[in-house]
Amino acid sequence: MIDVEDLSVHFGGVVSLDQMTIQFPAGTCGLIGPNGAGKTTFFNVLSGFVRPRSGRIEAMGQDLLAMPDYKRARWGLRRTFQTEQAIEKLTVFENVATVYEHADRGGKAGRVAAVDEALEFVGLTDVAQKTVRTLGAKERRFIEVARAVVGTPKLILLDEPAAGLPDEETATLGNIIRNIPDRVGATVILVDHDMSLVQACCDWTAVLDFGRLLASGPTAEVLHDPNVMKAYLGTEEVA
Amino acid sequence: MTVAATSPATEVVPVKTPAVARVLSHQFFQPAAVAVVFAIALFAIPGFFDAFWIANFTQMAVFSIVAASAGLLYGRVGLVSLGQVASYGIGCWVTMRLSFSTTWPFPVLLVIGGVIAALIGVLIGLPALRVSGLYLALVTLMLAAGMEIVLGATKFPNGGGGFTGVVETLSDIRPTRRPSWATTDVAYYRFIVVGAFLMFMLAAYVLSRKPGRAWASIRQSEAAALAAGIDVTRYKLWAFALAAFMAGVAGGLYAGTVPKGMSIDAFNRQSAIFLIAVVIMGGIYSLWGGLLGAFFATCLLKFLTQNVAGHQFWTRFSLSLFGLGLLANLIQSTRAAEKKGIEA
Repeated sequence: MIDVEDLSVHFGGVVSLDQMTIQFPAGTCGLIGPNGAGKTTFFNVLSGFVRPRSGRIEAMGQDLLAMPDYKRARWGLRRTFQTEQAIEKLTVFENVATVYEHADRGGKAGRVAAVDEALEFVGLTDVAQKTVRTLGAKERRFIEVARAVVGTPKLILLDEPAAGLPDEETATLGNIIRNIPDRVGATVILVDHDMSLVQACCDWTAVLDFGRLLASGPTAEVLHDPNVMKAYLGTEEVA
Repeated sequence: MTVAATSPATEVVPVKTPAVARVLSHQFFQPAAVAVVFAIALFAIPGFFDAFWIANFTQMAVFSIVAASAGLLYGRVGLVSLGQVASYGIGCWVTMRLSFSTTWPFPVLLVIGGVIAALIGVLIGLPALRVSGLYLALVTLMLAAGMEIVLGATKFPNGGGGFTGVVETLSDIRPTRRPSWATTDVAYYRFIVVGAFLMFMLAAYVLSRKPGRAWASIRQSEAAALAAGIDVTRYKLWAFALAAFMAGVAGGLYAGTVPKGMSIDAFNRQSAIFLIAVVIMGGIYSLWGGLLGAFFATCLLKFLTQNVAGHQFWTRFSLSLFGLGLLANLIQSTRAAEKKGIEA
């Protein structure tokens, strides 16, 4: 469980997160909201790239804000980025192995097995030895997910993992994301604008608007919440 | 729902690679090419060239190590450092000093010179933790200039006593000793070739391991590297240490090539800028770039000044060309560094 209390982030005069208080349950959670709602800022606070003005975050009983950024990864925090960040010069295998050996402190003994398992999970076994530079956007997105699940992650942040993917690939990715908690035992927080992906992956969803929590609860209920619909589209239904 | 083993993600977008690239990327190519180049450097060059060209190839072999070290920092970690010439000078100074005051085997002196250069290289690297791109280049240029002043004041040891080991009488100047089994110019040239080979192998080995993967991450995006659990600070310092070690060893090898009194000219600011320009011209990603850059800067330049036009023309031409290349690269890398924000 991820327990966020009174989290505020200010950039100069702009209030990005405003006393956000929220509890993410285990499983795959959605985090949605209009552009500029503070979703990525929240991820950056979790990652340690942005220092909050106030508040605390407790993840599985661990005070996350007390750890330096790279140590959070070693604790079990993983993330993907809006612009995919698969390492171009390395092979697919090396990409995933890098996370395993640094974030997971994994030794040589279990490396091949752990990396192969992650690649099989996302369906990239066949291209393991290819250099990322030679691969398309689709594979790169899946590599990021493999990097997030390799080893023993505790909390996985997916920041628009399906951005730029055609519907068919998004559906495949959705299946994979949905299976992450069962497969690796981590809690997943998914940020995406694609409501069908959020619906397909997440039983529970929270909505941010202007840095404040607007609604949270079972995904179907949240998406039909009048306040949420208003924030997004005036009064129409979201999905 | 289950994950389909035959998910569309396994389909590979076919990428057309030209035949030359396919040959170059074949797994037997690299070791074979290394063996061929090493054999040519070791046996063919001393057999075909006279003393004048051996001297030039000697310079090239030494310079290739320094170029490879700067290329490693720039191409593999994304750090534009102009401090490599300072490490080169420190290695040279330490090896010269020890060669006069000890009877230790020459390779031991080289390693000590390299280690001391590495320690100071880490200090040079400390500002790198705060700045990048053009700003890092400026900070390290200041450090190179500082080192130039220090080395200019202490002078290079030439057989005297005391800490600096400098004699003032010209006739007392002694050359740095060479290994007892490599005293002739040709033998010492071969010794340097072996030294360069070992340095390149060391770099290639480290690059293929955990640090190499960490550096590739850092080079692409520091935010993503941190998110992958990479201690960016430590791996940057490790890169500075390795690069400074290589340059320090090169400096020690260079010490044995100068018969009478080392000049500061090889280690001044202009050399620092020239070096990074050479590295960019040679290519920063591949270690081969170090060899190619060194070839441009020594043998090719010498050949052109001997056969095509005068010394002044080519020196100015190459400096202008290298300068332009350097400027374009720094501007581009600074832009890239600025773009590489958290949102990247």
